[in-house]
Amino acid sequence: MNRGRIWLRSASLANLLFLYLPIAVLILFSFNASRLSATWQGGTFRWYLVLVEDQALLAAVHNSLVVAAVSTFLATVLGVSAAVGLERLPAGRRWTVEGALLLPLVIPEVMLGVALLLFFVMIKVPLSLVTVTIGHTVWNVPIVAVIVQARLQKLDSRLVEAALDLGATPWQAFRRVTLPLLTPAIIGAVLMAFTLSLDDFIVTFFTAGPGSTTLPLKVYSMIKSGVSPEINALSAMLVLISMALIGLSLLVQRQRH
Amino acid sequence: MADTSVELRDLVKYHGATLAVDHLSLEVRAGEFFSILGPSGAGKTTTLRLVGGFERPDRGEILVEGRSMQNVPPNLRPVNLVFQTYALFPHMTVFNNVAFGLEMRRIRRAELRSRVSAALDMVKLSDKHSRLPSQLSGGEQQRVALARALVNRPAVVLLDEPLGALDQQLRQEMQLELKAIQKQVGITFICVTHHQEEALTMSDRVAVMNHGRVLQVGSPQEVYESPTSEVVARFIGLSNHLSGRIVTVGGTTCRITSPDIPTTQPLLVRRPPGPMEANRVMLLLRPERLHVSQDAQAGRFDNAVSARIEKVTYTGSEMQYLLRLSDSVLWRARLPNSGARQERFRVGEAVFLCWNADDGVILTE
Repeated sequence: MNRGRIWLRSASLANLLFLYLPIAVLILFSFNASRLSATWQGGTFRWYLVLVEDQALLAAVHNSLVVAAVSTFLATVLGVSAAVGLERLPAGRRWTVEGALLLPLVIPEVMLGVALLLFFVMIKVPLSLVTVTIGHTVWNVPIVAVIVQARLQKLDSRLVEAALDLGATPWQAFRRVTLPLLTPAIIGAVLMAFTLSLDDFIVTFFTAGPGSTTLPLKVYSMIKSGVSPEINALSAMLVLISMALIGLSLLVQRQRH
Repeated sequence: MADTSVELRDLVKYHGATLAVDHLSLEVRAGEFFSILGPSGAGKTTTLRLVGGFERPDRGEILVEGRSMQNVPPNLRPVNLVFQTYALFPHMTVFNNVAFGLEMRRIRRAELRSRVSAALDMVKLSDKHSRLPSQLSGGEQQRVALARALVNRPAVVLLDEPLGALDQQLRQEMQLELKAIQKQVGITFICVTHHQEEALTMSDRVAVMNHGRVLQVGSPQEVYESPTSEVVARFIGLSNHLSGRIVTVGGTTCRITSPDIPTTQPLLVRRPPGPMEANRVMLLLRPERLHVSQDAQAGRFDNAVSARIEKVTYTGSEMQYLLRLSDSVLWRARLPNSGARQERFRVGEAVFLCWNADDGVILTE
C-alpha cells in the first residue's frame, strides 16, 4: 500500500468515527444497568421494557406514525404531480416554478416553522396533529419532487410518444409507461419522506398543540429532567429504524429497469 | 383518390426561426414502399413526426386515406411510427410490447394473442416472447419495434431511419427483409433515411429532400438514372462534375466541350428528352462507371480524357483513384477489385479515363 492510500483510509476511518461514535455510545449506554448514565455497571434490557409500558410514550409513537403516514401520502401525491408537471413546462418557466418549489429545502427550517406558526395563527386554525401534518407535508413535497424529477429526466420522452402512437390516451400513457418506470424513485421518495417526518423536531415544535406530542418532542421534554437510560433506549430505537428506512430508500432508488 | 394513402399539402413547419419543412407536398400511394431520402437536417424526421401527429404543421394539411388529420391527436391516427431508437417499453416483455397497441384498442384476449404471435412470427422472434428488451440484440429490438407497429394493421407505417443503428451486414439483410415484409402485409410504408442505397433497394418510389423541400420524386431507377438537379445527382452518387457547353445535338445524345479540361474531341453524352434550349450544361459522372486504362480504348468507349493519378486507396473490394484532369478538375474513380491480373496504377502515372455516353447525366443550368 502506498502512502496516499494509507492517508485516504485513515481519513475515511476518522470520518466514520466522528459521525458514528456518539451514536454507538448512545446505543451502548441504553443497555447500561446503572441509572446514572456516565458509568457502566453491566448490561440489561430493562430500559426497553420500561419504554413499552410508558403510556405517554406510546401515545407519542402513535402520533408520530399517523403524522408520518398522512404527510408522506399527501407529499407523494403533490410531489409526483409537481415533478411530472414541471417536466412539461418550457425551460424558462420551469426554472422559476422549480425554484419556488424547492424553497422549503433551502430556507432554514426554523424560518419555515415560524412561518407556519404565524400562518396558522393568522387564519385562526388551532394547533393540533392536523397542523403538524400540514407542516410536514410542506417540508416533504420538495423532497419527493426532487427525487422523482431526477428519475423523470433520465426517461426517454419517446417512450411516451410511442405509447400515444400505439393508441394510448395521455392518461393511459402515464399510467402504463411513465408511472411503472418511476416506481423505484417513488418508493425511495416515500421512505425518505416518512423517515424525515418521523425524525422531524423543528417544524413539529412550532406547529404542535396540546395533545399532539410526537416522539421527538417527547424525547426533548424527557431530556429536560435529565438524560435517563430510557431516553437512550428510545433514541437507539429511533436511530436504528431511521437508518433502516434510509438504507432501504437508497437501495430501492438504485434499482434500474 | 382511392389509391392515395397519405397526402401532404403545402406543409410548412418552423422550429423556432428555422424553416424545417418548406411548402412540402407529396402523395404516397396505397400499399407502396415510399422513402424520403436526404442528408441529416433536411427535414425528413420532422415530416414524419408531422404525419405521426407529434408536431403540428404551421401551415398546410395532412390527409390519411382521404381524412384530414388536423386536430387529430397521435393516439387516434391510423398511423404507427417505428422510432429510430425503437422506444421499446423497458419494463414490458416482448409480447407485452407488441400487445400494447391492441390492448389500448380493447381487442379480445384470444384475438390479441393470435395477432401478437403472428406478428412475432413474421419478424422471426417467436421464441423470444417473454424476454425483456434489454435482453435482445439491436437487430432483435428493431424487429420488435416493427412488429409492435404492424400488429395494429395501421393504414401507414412510418419508419425513422429504421436501419440506422445496425451494423453494415445486418443492415443489408434487413433491407431485403423489410421490403419482403412490406409486400407481404401490403401496408403503406413511409421510410426516412439518409442512406441512398437503402432507399433505392427497398422503395417503390423515392422522394429526395433537402432544406425542407422535395427536390424530386420517382422510382429508384428514375431518380438514379435521371436526376433533375445537381443536389439530387450528388446525393445519389454522381460526384464527378464538369461544366461545359453544348456544341451539337443529336437524337438521344449531344456533344459538349469544356474549357476546364483539355479534350481532343467533344464529349458524347446521353441527353434528356425534349428540346435542348440552354447552352451551358453541367456534366455529372458516377465514379463506379469510369474506367482507368493506359490507352484511350477508342473502340470500346465513347469518351476518353487524359488524367494523372493523384491518390490510390485500396479498400479490399475495390480500388479507388483520385485523378487530376486539370488544375481545376479532380475526379474520383472506383474500380471493383477483379483480382491479381487487374491493371494497377501508381500515384503520378498518366492514364486515360474512359466512359460511355449513358454513364453520365447532363443538367442544364
